[in-house]
Amino acid sequence: MTSTIENLAKKLKIRDWAEKDIEASELGWYPGHEQPEDPLRWGQRFPDGAKETLQNTQMRRNLGYATDKIRTKRNTRVDEMPDWEALREAGSNIKRNTVARWPELLEQFEANVTARGGIVHWARDAKEANEIAYSIIKQKQVDEVVKVKSMATQEINLNEYLSERGVQAWETDLAEMIVQLADDMPSHIVVPAIHRNRAEVKAIFEARMGDAPENMGNEPRELAMAARAHLRKKFLSAKVAISGANMGIAESGTLAIFESEGNGRMCLTLPETLITIMGIEKLVPSYEDIEVFSQLLPRSATGERMNPYTSFWTGVTPGDGPQEFHLILMDNGRTDVLADPVGRETLKCIRCGACMNICPVYRHVGGHAYNSVYPGPIGAILTPQLLGSFDHNDPASTLPFASSLCGACYDACPVKIDIPTILVHLRHRYTEANRGGVPSIWDVGMGATSKIMGKGKAMEVAGKALHPARVIGGPRRRIGHIPLPLAKDWTFVRDVPAPPAQSFREWWNDREGEK
Amino acid sequence: MRIALFATCISDVMFPQAAEATVHLLERLGHEVVFPEDQGCCGQMHTNTGYYPEAMPLIRNHVKTFAPVLDGEWDAIVVPSGSCTGSLRHQAELVARDQGEEQVAAYAAELAKKTYDLPELLVNVLGLEDVGAYFPHRVTYHTTCHSLRIARIGDTPIRLLNHVDGLDFVPLPEADVCCGFGGTFSLKNPETSAAMLSDKMANIVSTGAEIVVAGDYSCLMNIGGGLSRTRSGVRSMHLAEVLAGTKEEPWTAPATTTKVG
Repeated sequence: MTSTIENLAKKLKIRDWAEKDIEASELGWYPGHEQPEDPLRWGQRFPDGAKETLQNTQMRRNLGYATDKIRTKRNTRVDEMPDWEALREAGSNIKRNTVARWPELLEQFEANVTARGGIVHWARDAKEANEIAYSIIKQKQVDEVVKVKSMATQEINLNEYLSERGVQAWETDLAEMIVQLADDMPSHIVVPAIHRNRAEVKAIFEARMGDAPENMGNEPRELAMAARAHLRKKFLSAKVAISGANMGIAESGTLAIFESEGNGRMCLTLPETLITIMGIEKLVPSYEDIEVFSQLLPRSATGERMNPYTSFWTGVTPGDGPQEFHLILMDNGRTDVLADPVGRETLKCIRCGACMNICPVYRHVGGHAYNSVYPGPIGAILTPQLLGSFDHNDPASTLPFASSLCGACYDACPVKIDIPTILVHLRHRYTEANRGGVPSIWDVGMGATSKIMGKGKAMEVAGKALHPARVIGGPRRRIGHIPLPLAKDWTFVRDVPAPPAQSFREWWNDREGEK
Repeated sequence: MRIALFATCISDVMFPQAAEATVHLLERLGHEVVFPEDQGCCGQMHTNTGYYPEAMPLIRNHVKTFAPVLDGEWDAIVVPSGSCTGSLRHQAELVARDQGEEQVAAYAAELAKKTYDLPELLVNVLGLEDVGAYFPHRVTYHTTCHSLRIARIGDTPIRLLNHVDGLDFVPLPEADVCCGFGGTFSLKNPETSAAMLSDKMANIVSTGAEIVVAGDYSCLMNIGGGLSRTRSGVRSMHLAEVLAGTKEEPWTAPATTTKVG
């Protein structure tokens, strides 16, 4: 029975789940988001993705609980820092200056990594990055590799690429492993399994982790121990490890990983060969800059003063750790982001996820609604820029509109990315890219109101024109559901007040007349 | 002081009570209010939806209409809306610059220095926390996103409410979380907007307040619309309306109390 349901779960999408009338209790967990072909573009518009995830009440509860916890911890750890604003300013400046000096610093970084025994590769896009990584693994004649949690490799679908070529990549971060076992996609950049609760994790382990202990309970400690035993075997047998990087330091050629569990350190020290794939925006100029980011990153990401494991490595050291180190420096759209003077601030991002934890939109819809491995407010500005998605036919072009512009993300961002302003700027790029052709309902509405709302006289006429609609309001002076385009979307959960008997302007003119 | 009122388009046409109460309050406090009649909209809706060229006539008109404040004709511009204040302070200049209208941008930047959201004007400019208001109701306050994070008016509204005679103030849980309106966001993402509104309403109802107050009629249209649809028994009101009345002279909005027809 279990295997039948499991097979079914593999094939089903969330959407089908309800229609097939399968009890969640039979499996213990809903199927997550299936593996997309392009991890940056899953093919749905944001409003459609959100419509689907909003129905997943279990996910919403898990997410609400988890983001509340992280947010509270983050606030406590930020409040105890008297110089937090100065640190943010410093982080922002370092990142901005880095990007302004990109070519020079990248060359310096390459030279220093090489001088210390590392091998540097350049990848223009996902395809090249995958090919380079695979060619190194192929040389080593292994059929499995261990991985440190990495957004860069998520972004290029490395695991799938390798699997198609007969190489199994094992995720060793606990949450990333849960996601991988469930054939799911991550829904947060720091806490990839944030959409799952412990009961689901237990059920996933039972169904998918071959060596899960019998009679395992759903206490976090028991689950962590089961995962630990499972992973230990992988660490000890793997000859090749793959990581991303939180920072690359140009002046020394040093790389850094900030993590919580120590799985990363296992991968970075035990295997013979280490391959690191780093997005070129992770660069910082000097060793001193770590001072700033090691204060900003853990507090913003997990609400900790310092994360439990911070690893730095510089090239290779004979007799200690991996003896072969490859660094793949990946562009994959990042230099296109640089081309936009407003949008380029996005490149300051240190992937802490603070914007997701604070965002009321993300909190309700979860990461999968964004249809990209980069969800939340930062995803809403990063994804369309990496992809150059501004055509209205491209689902990713809906992302800059996936925000109420409440500004909470900007205040939470440790490197002061003005996400709301960039969102508005990208909306502007979208409207400009779609001008000409058949005007949309928005083009018509915005054009017409633009003619009226910029003139006092026209506003007076508009105000008067609305008065007859007052009758529709009836004695409650409230208008309920209006079955017209756009109005129906607003009035399906809200009443609209009947227009007033008199606009302000009329009231003012009457009063002035009486004087 | 001689204060120019920017009524905002939404208050002018749909919620005149906010602008009327603002006039009433400032006059009661002994100030002169003027209404430059060429005024229209600040352009926030067009800007936030990505229509910069369409926002320009609105921004140009606003700058032209309110420019006399720079010659000292008026002492300040008051706006009964945090989001319009935010838009005028941060977006008008940015959009004008993007559209290559440097002169308009320069004027917008100068005007921004003289433009205040109502509670800011009262507390930070006029130095008042007690405006002599009387309002014997249980009230909670929603700190609208743009007043908090763009206009940065701080806790000025709460300080004003705390000095209102008879008012029973109950803090709103998660007051600083967005209500889900976000202008055209609520139309482009209606399902998500509804989910956010649902949280906001639950928090409001949990306070036991009979009235939720805010300083922005766009948020209030969203929140009030939801509270009305669910027959929650909670009303929404603008801060200016709470501050306008006194024990001797309770304030009621003329335009909304008129009978239908």
